[in-house]
Amino acid sequence: MHRLEFILRRLLSSIFVLIGVSIITFTVARVIPSNAAAMYIGPKARPEDIARVTVKLGLDKPLPEQYLVYMGELLHGDLGTSIGTKRPVLMELSGRLPATLELLFTGMLIAVIVGVPMGVLSARWQGKPADVFVRVIAIIGVSMPAFYLGLLLQILFFSRLDLLPLAGRFSNELRFTNPINLLTNFLLIDALIMRNWIALKDVAYHLVLPALTLAAFPAGLIARMTRASMLEVMEQDYIRTARAYGIRETVIVYIYALKNALSPTLTVIGLTFAFALTGTFFVEVIFNWPGLGLFTVHSLLNVDYPAIMGITLFGSVMYVLINLAVDLLQAWIDPRISLK
Amino acid sequence: MTIVPVISLEPEIQSRRTARHVFNVILRDPLSLISTIVIILFILIAIFCYQVAPYPLEGAGKTNVANSLLPPSLEHPFGCDKLGRDVLSRVIVGARPALIVPIGVVAFAVLIGAPLGAIAGFKGGWIDEIIMRVTDLFLAFPSLLLAMAIASALGRGIQNAAIALIVSWWPWYTRLVRGVTISLKERYFVEAAQAIGVRESVIILRHILPNTISAILVQATVDLGTVILAMGGLAFLGLGTQPPSPDWGLMVSEGRTYILEQWWISTFPGLAIFVVVLAFNLIGDTLRDIFDPRQYR
Repeated sequence: MHRLEFILRRLLSSIFVLIGVSIITFTVARVIPSNAAAMYIGPKARPEDIARVTVKLGLDKPLPEQYLVYMGELLHGDLGTSIGTKRPVLMELSGRLPATLELLFTGMLIAVIVGVPMGVLSARWQGKPADVFVRVIAIIGVSMPAFYLGLLLQILFFSRLDLLPLAGRFSNELRFTNPINLLTNFLLIDALIMRNWIALKDVAYHLVLPALTLAAFPAGLIARMTRASMLEVMEQDYIRTARAYGIRETVIVYIYALKNALSPTLTVIGLTFAFALTGTFFVEVIFNWPGLGLFTVHSLLNVDYPAIMGITLFGSVMYVLINLAVDLLQAWIDPRISLK
Repeated sequence: MTIVPVISLEPEIQSRRTARHVFNVILRDPLSLISTIVIILFILIAIFCYQVAPYPLEGAGKTNVANSLLPPSLEHPFGCDKLGRDVLSRVIVGARPALIVPIGVVAFAVLIGAPLGAIAGFKGGWIDEIIMRVTDLFLAFPSLLLAMAIASALGRGIQNAAIALIVSWWPWYTRLVRGVTISLKERYFVEAAQAIGVRESVIILRHILPNTISAILVQATVDLGTVILAMGGLAFLGLGTQPPSPDWGLMVSEGRTYILEQWWISTFPGLAIFVVVLAFNLIGDTLRDIFDPRQYR
């Protein structure tokens, strides 16, 4: 019963947060820019055009009414029309989403696969060279700007070693020699479905540097947090008891301690996942990756407010949902949480 | 029986909350000490940038096309950019927006966030509820994404980028200070002040806020690295400092086209960001090990 109540309360508060988020997004995108109608038309706007567009966009109405209209459209899945491309924002976003998600998932997968074991090893050998090594790598990871790391990797792996491609999602000639049928728009999956091995290899090669660039920060963060929570768990009585029983240290660390240290690690993974979305924007700019990020940056620079509204909304909805998922998952893993 | 140890514990807990204790911790750890020296050096360079820079005018943006894309040499240790400007001078002048502005951003975020947190924690009830729900809303965005949107809406420029970052960062301090305040509220010196009828505003200003300083200092040190990265990111995307003024993030972006041949244009400003952020993170790690701001949440 407690658990159900916890889940319901958590769901309800998420809905309130999302309503609040829509108000803030609305304020940022519609209230702050001084003349949205003029921006909609462009630099050569005549006064009568501005007046017409102001009415057309409903900008002459009082703000609360504008917000209600906006919310109404939002609930029907209408995010407005991009000023830059004059196409529906939803279409722009959904068309570019797979490229970003492919990058995001690969990057986060690397971050988790590298970060968690690093943190565990570091805690297991606390104070030893292995620990020092991991901590140095981890702190470099969280101190390195993604946009800088990406450039360094390009210099090293493309320019100096000539091992990996510079940018893009696939080689240009692939279009003619081994084209990929776009089913899911996740190129790795599409190539796999087609059993198009040449394309698969090409796409994977193109993914390596962007994914590594994206993974550095989350991997460092996850390693640090895993280490901290492992050390905390290792100080608890049940571990001391296990040691007193003469259970092997390896078993204690990798089975008994890790199990309980995973819950805080899970929170960090969830949070970094949402942060990594912003990280992809930088990675996409550097590697010319045709996803949400390039579109976002273009919209930001040109104050394409319907697009900005859509992206911020998407980012925060994802953030809220991931937080919700992490909380629910934790309540499921660790019954103590819902009883608090 | 149980009261005795509680009272004897008070002075020790008290000493952990002062700013001086924070500085002592930093001085005792060699890595933190080196990091502190590095940061102070960078701050001094930023303040006296026009005196330190070998070519102050080029640092500020004056072009010198004859030197276009010169590689590093004795005269230009970091080389020259596309417009022939000395990269070293631009890194030095660029320290102002890249380092000093983030410090200001965190300071303002604390000035807004901390009093709100103290009021929320001290008053409780509906005031607490309102302040914290608003805080939650701001924390429901990835901070950098919100800052990007605000910076774009306000118009490109360093000042607006700074405002955008302040708006996105203050809630973290509200949450932190609220937690500390709640734990302070039950302490004897606050109860005593209440008992003799000291006004609430005086209690918050004189008794609560000064005792939250060490927690704030620790959190601010940890945050500074993140805010510098965020500011560098905004500048890199073109939402911060506008050319011809220099800024580390902007310089990395400007040198991007030449990265394969003229690597020095982007490499040195990027390195500057990395070193400063690393220094703040190293200090933050030491402080967090000893104070752990999370314990108040």
